[in-house]
Amino acid sequence: MSATGEPEVAAATPAARLAAYVRAGGVIVPILTASLAFFVAGLVMLVTGNDPIATYEAIWKGTGLQWIFPWTTGADRDLAASNLQQTLIITTPLILTGLAVAFAFRAGLFNIGGNGQYIVGAIVAVWVGSSFADMPSVLHILLAIGAACLAGAFWAAIAGVLKATTGAHEVITTIMLNWIAVWVGVWLFSLGGPLQTERNASLPVSEDVVKGAKLPVFWGDPVLQGLHIGIFIALAAVVIFWLILNRSTMGYEVRAVGFNPEAARYSGMSVGKNYVLVMALCGLFAGLAGGLDVLGWQFRIATNDIQTVQLGFFGIAVALLGRNTASGTVAAALLFGALLSGTSQRNLDPTIFEPSLAKNLTFIIQGLVILIVSADVIVLGLVARSRGLFARGRRAAPAGGEAEP
Amino acid sequence: MSILYGLYSPTEGEIRVNGQPVQVDSPSKAIKLGIGMVHQHFMLVPVMTVTENIVLGAEPRSGALLDVREGSRRVKELSDRYGLAVDPDEVIERVSVGMQQRVEILKTLYRDARILILDEPTAVLTAQETNELFEVLRALKQDGVSIVFISHKLNEVLEIADRVTVLRRGKRIDTVPSEGATEESLARLMVGREVLLRVDKEQGKRGEPMLEVEDLYVRDDRGLEVVKGVSLHVRAGEVVALAGVDGNGQLELVQAIAGLRAPQSGRVAIEGRDVSGLGVRATTEAGVAHIPEDRQLAGLVLNFTLAENLALREYREPPISNHGMLAIGQMKSRARALLREYDVRGGEPDTLAGALSGGNQQKVAVAREIASNPKLLVAHQPTRGLDVGAIEFVHGRLLAERARGRGILLVSLEFEEVRALADRILVIYEGRIVGEFPPDVSEEDLGVAMTGGRGGQGAA
Repeated sequence: MSATGEPEVAAATPAARLAAYVRAGGVIVPILTASLAFFVAGLVMLVTGNDPIATYEAIWKGTGLQWIFPWTTGADRDLAASNLQQTLIITTPLILTGLAVAFAFRAGLFNIGGNGQYIVGAIVAVWVGSSFADMPSVLHILLAIGAACLAGAFWAAIAGVLKATTGAHEVITTIMLNWIAVWVGVWLFSLGGPLQTERNASLPVSEDVVKGAKLPVFWGDPVLQGLHIGIFIALAAVVIFWLILNRSTMGYEVRAVGFNPEAARYSGMSVGKNYVLVMALCGLFAGLAGGLDVLGWQFRIATNDIQTVQLGFFGIAVALLGRNTASGTVAAALLFGALLSGTSQRNLDPTIFEPSLAKNLTFIIQGLVILIVSADVIVLGLVARSRGLFARGRRAAPAGGEAEP
Repeated sequence: MSILYGLYSPTEGEIRVNGQPVQVDSPSKAIKLGIGMVHQHFMLVPVMTVTENIVLGAEPRSGALLDVREGSRRVKELSDRYGLAVDPDEVIERVSVGMQQRVEILKTLYRDARILILDEPTAVLTAQETNELFEVLRALKQDGVSIVFISHKLNEVLEIADRVTVLRRGKRIDTVPSEGATEESLARLMVGREVLLRVDKEQGKRGEPMLEVEDLYVRDDRGLEVVKGVSLHVRAGEVVALAGVDGNGQLELVQAIAGLRAPQSGRVAIEGRDVSGLGVRATTEAGVAHIPEDRQLAGLVLNFTLAENLALREYREPPISNHGMLAIGQMKSRARALLREYDVRGGEPDTLAGALSGGNQQKVAVAREIASNPKLLVAHQPTRGLDVGAIEFVHGRLLAERARGRGILLVSLEFEEVRALADRILVIYEGRIVGEFPPDVSEEDLGVAMTGGRGGQGAA
């Protein structure tokens, strides 16, 4: 009858589309997505006259991930340890900017403003961290982190309020807020700017974060940029993200609004209020990322940093690849953290791959991931086809005597 | 049907068109074969005009440009030939549902369809519009078009069809000529047992007024006044039906009662407490439950599990949640009990709502609203698109609630449903209550009142 005659209703919201994407393949789809991205990036290397296998091997070495294997010993192990520290330092903000995008996605919003929220958080953190030199250390750190979180939350909430009150699309407003954050930051720290350092009038850079406001390093040499405790704060944020989303009434509302705003409204939820709350929480994550970077290892911001930072945009790829889940975001952040660290200039052998170009590989892979996830039909088609093959294999199995595992 | 139109592929078997076996692997292939489909949920672009919607995908061109005038002319010509009375230049979101359906039919004719498939075409139409649709279908039949008419409304099937095929759970049960078949014989085939199309209901005790609406004025999304001074009341233990042609202010009236839309003026009171304009939450707390018209759009979150859907009314209160944290175990065990009580088939608490059939989805929405223990239950087209078994079930639940002393406001386009369930029937026309009838009113009298007393005039 009627019910069976209806074709499946086209998924209405981005969140619903992503839900379909996730349902279709579990963990297989993101792995396939990443593999496809790496494969195409390998083709690019091949076409441009490089050896993809040797390059990927070199990148792998640069990530330091081989540290986890017990057979990595001696000098190799020390090098791997310091490389892994760098990988995890960069993974920390990626987890958080990934959460900033993922949380918005779950509410049906597309937060492209992670970068601006990160910058705002970093600016406030460097300002608080370089002031109040006499404050007790723990208090100072908490104050600087808290201020960074609030700044990011406020920045993102602007887009939420605009969406809730005027219907202005968050993609447009967050992109514009990104640029406002960039140029406010440049103005603050450029020559003669209000927050430019007093040590050297010719440097467009902030004051340094005072010693007491720096995050403690727990692995590696603090002087040589060891791993700071920010990674634990990021992981704690992941747990909080998961709890809010899956176990709280707020997350329940967020998901309802994301999947079907009309049904949410019919159940008495305020869709607009949810948009503001969600954006604020996203901004909080991204602002925290900026704060941790400043207090953990950068300690100062140059106008140059503000104009080149990409972490908020990597957050989009992290969230998409991580399917907007807590564990997926951590895994995807580690992947991109490893890539960014493995392709950094200091690690690659120039005879294998021109180090100054290596970072572009990461951008290629990032772009491909977003492209492939967006064009989900490609991967879903592949999965469906392979399932079809499996199904046929299974049907044939009794006759052939070979069963699928 | 989706297979015939190339949306899904068959796993086995073959399709023959004009005796030739064919592969229908895409809708465009189906169109090429002369198969046209009108879906139950219309596939139209709301912001485009009738003509633009019709030519979409087969646009007439002059050079590289879209030839709007040519498209408009052809639409007009087709419309006139079959008496469709469609204005080619009107924007879809501004025309009635009946008109949208005629646009869907035109879409297929524009592509030279010789086989027309209509999926539940009358689900959203009034009796009057249905009759007009039947006129169109007869004209098409005269012209040699083959028509597959999918419906659960037996009287319509008997009226329009030459042959009737009954399907049940994906299997063909029987094909019978409509001549000689009766509603009862078809219903028996459909559910596999005898069904009572007439609902038995005992005279309930009517109590205090649960809902009082006084002189209510409500505007629609376009800012037009569509509810114009409605006053009505529903007592405890009473089913009041609001009958009317679709688009005469029912939706806005229901939304105003449920707190979804603030009225311009007037008063909505639940058990004497004024709740007008207080919003959904306050209205729910005052004791209003609302089964919305469109379960997929407004009634359910299809990507939520059944447990989550069933909690939509009560997720903020213990035992479903404590201090802002959900008690998943409670949510699921409550869902399990409700699913059993409401006989929802094919669903566990963890099943996604979108995976259920329409009838079972509706049972979930009904279960949730009734379980919220309301004083007033507003049921807006609660049996739209359901099969006989599910209709019977929903009707039974509504009457059980009536017997428990709830007030029920039933908004429906179906004569039979209205007459079977209601204690009183109010007729709404152009935003006003134009008449009140007892349940044994004749279809003719009701039909005349619903069309503004003029009779024979559509609402479009």
